[in-house]
Amino acid sequence: MAFISSGYNPEKPMENRISDIGPRKYDEFLPPVIKKNYGQWLYHEILEPGVLMHKAESGDEVYSVRVGAARLMSVGLIREMCAVADKHCGGHLRFTTRNNVEFMVDSKAKVKPLMDDLKSRKFPGGSLKFPIGGTGASTPNMVHTQGWQHCHTPATDAAGPVKAVMDEVFEYFTSMKLPASVRLALACCLNMCGAVHCSDIAVVGIHRKPPLKDHAVLDQICEIPLAVAACPTAAIRPTKIEIDGKQRNTVAIKDERCMFCGNCYTMCAALPLADAEGDGCAIMVGGKVSNRLSMPKFSKVVVAYVPNEPPRWPSLTKVIKQILEAYAKDARKYERVGEWAERIGWEKFFEVTGLPFTHHLIDDFRDHAYYTWRQSTQFKW
Amino acid sequence: MAKHKTPMLDELTKGPWPSWVDDIKGEAERRKANPDNIDYQIPADVCEDWLGLQELSYKDMETHWKHGGIVGVFGYGGGVIGRYCDMPQQFPGVAHFHTVRVNQPSGKYYTTKFLTDLCDIWDLRGSGMTNMHGSTGDIVLLGTFTEQLEEIFFELTHNMNTDLGGSGSNLRTPAGCLGKSRCEFACYDTMALEYSMVQQYQDELHRPAFPYKFKFKFDGCPMGCVCSIARSDFSVIGTWKSDIRIDQEAVKAYVGGEFKPNAGAHAGRDWGKFDITAEVVNRCPGQCIKWDGSKLSIDNKNCVRCMHCIAVMPRALRVGTETGASILLGAKAPILDGQQMSSLIVPFVPAEDPFDEIKEVVEKIWDWWMEEGKNRERVGETMRRMSLQKVLNVIGVEPDARHVKYPRENPYIFWKEEEVGNWDRPIEEYRKRHAR
Repeated sequence: MAFISSGYNPEKPMENRISDIGPRKYDEFLPPVIKKNYGQWLYHEILEPGVLMHKAESGDEVYSVRVGAARLMSVGLIREMCAVADKHCGGHLRFTTRNNVEFMVDSKAKVKPLMDDLKSRKFPGGSLKFPIGGTGASTPNMVHTQGWQHCHTPATDAAGPVKAVMDEVFEYFTSMKLPASVRLALACCLNMCGAVHCSDIAVVGIHRKPPLKDHAVLDQICEIPLAVAACPTAAIRPTKIEIDGKQRNTVAIKDERCMFCGNCYTMCAALPLADAEGDGCAIMVGGKVSNRLSMPKFSKVVVAYVPNEPPRWPSLTKVIKQILEAYAKDARKYERVGEWAERIGWEKFFEVTGLPFTHHLIDDFRDHAYYTWRQSTQFKW
Repeated sequence: MAKHKTPMLDELTKGPWPSWVDDIKGEAERRKANPDNIDYQIPADVCEDWLGLQELSYKDMETHWKHGGIVGVFGYGGGVIGRYCDMPQQFPGVAHFHTVRVNQPSGKYYTTKFLTDLCDIWDLRGSGMTNMHGSTGDIVLLGTFTEQLEEIFFELTHNMNTDLGGSGSNLRTPAGCLGKSRCEFACYDTMALEYSMVQQYQDELHRPAFPYKFKFKFDGCPMGCVCSIARSDFSVIGTWKSDIRIDQEAVKAYVGGEFKPNAGAHAGRDWGKFDITAEVVNRCPGQCIKWDGSKLSIDNKNCVRCMHCIAVMPRALRVGTETGASILLGAKAPILDGQQMSSLIVPFVPAEDPFDEIKEVVEKIWDWWMEEGKNRERVGETMRRMSLQKVLNVIGVEPDARHVKYPRENPYIFWKEEEVGNWDRPIEEYRKRHAR
């Protein structure tokens, strides 16, 4: 392979340099019917799972067909999406905040050919390239992070468990039979690059062993004060250690104070904490961001740990299905998972979902823990 | 014949949900066949080696990616994330695997021309794999070598008229819902605000100068589709002040079963006939809706704008005409001191282009946070450490009962001397009245 220059000259980096121009302006990309009716929309209807119709004051209609996607995607697949959009949608498409893809057309007659085309496209293994769904009372696409595929701090994979979970709940993606929308999400560590902490059902990668200490290199690759300051529980302190007759500056860790957040590793690469046996996932439920009916809520930990079980994460998918089905059976129309759990009471939540309550689920982290304990005799047997 | 055997990953080609494993394999095959005779600028077997590395992670149940290291483009501190494999001898195609964040257009609408041009760059200079999109909103191009970074940046800016996004301790790429482009609920133009903010704050986006990351997100209404209240340090959420608009005939059409409630969102199950009393009136958190059998009335003074009634009957009810936004501050994920949602700091701003009243709040907060914030302290944590009162003082907003869920439960009030009067009292005067 011969190096191809785009025109950039490293000898004169400022020559012809363009910077700080920002993104392209959005109105360059809007489909004509959207551009024409911008800000003039009257109402919408979901015609069938995955198909939205928006009506404008002008009488115009736009039909959007929403498809799920593994957000990890090749340029080959993007080119295929573009081919679909060129054929049916005048060369326009959009992505949603939950990594779905929407193909938009300006008349009802164009919907069926578009849907037929999307349904016909499959990967060699048989999975759908463009499953239609994710609207209304469904489980839309699962927001997730990078995991073992591209991240340096994960406690689990991301796209793998997401594929396994979405396969398991697929019927709820392609239908609208739940009491309300159930937003699923996965973060592969506590940094939580997505809005996992406010999701209806969330999976969070967690570590359970304190960091390893690479004393031989620690003071060469880390700023020790930064590693010490990084620890939220003050478990790390500077120390000295002798290796091969040489004094090394390094850190000591009070293991019992560690809550396995991994922040020290982010600050200091000589403190890794990934471990096949220690790592796995916690499951959180009941979060929401919408102000609809009740106020936004954080998700609560209901399963402290499930092990990593690649490639198909059977324990994880089983628990998620268990929660989802208990909710689908018991919740009232419009009730989100968290609203349902609060109405029936969390003690009942564990009863109806069949999940065991363990000491790990009682908060013991700082002041906020107290607000989660019960200062009342009002509880249910 | 694939370069590496991937029996575990192959299990993920099964099932109905789109398989990223099959997708990467397809990309690996395309690169091997190279039908367009591309002079790949990174190893042609990058996808094969990536699959091999992933299989190893599935076996080891540990990541094989190293810490980032410092890579980027000249003059920028953000936009590129360095990534190296910890098994480069075994998987040389992914020895370097840097991420390039490309700033997405508001609303994530694209023309196929734009996406195809991007694919052309990424065929030539990258792995051919992407994230569409990253959690913050950017187009994420996954996997390239260091010497390609300036070339990619040159082509993005010169040929595609677009720019990198943010990473590191800077302003992250703003994101918003699609707002007025296709939603009847939008109370302000989220896409215009997103574009205006990202253009105005290019310097903050590309040159890290903050204590830690700072995220803007823009939701057009209280339903919060872009999750700004959970995911952004600075959340702008559309709202309205005037009365909800009611079309009484359309209300009757919902009651009569002519229109499907909730726009048809519950069509997958038989929930029985629509019952406006049970499904709307009794569920209203403000208890401010009445239905007398022929007319719906709303006591708007007691409406908390939760939007349930509007969502249930979108053809009958519309948000009020006096629209704008609330500003909330401080959301973050659990790292370090626990998760936070954004807290209300400005109950209402009109939110009209050029959005000066919002930018003024942003700049005051940045000045304060850059002065007071500790290293790696999100603004929400600074606010918690220094108080909401301090933030309100910084931005010049009068405290209001709307700022709290309920007043404080302890009387440990940090009174100021100027509120009380002379704190510097001579003990001698006190002793004249009280024996020691």
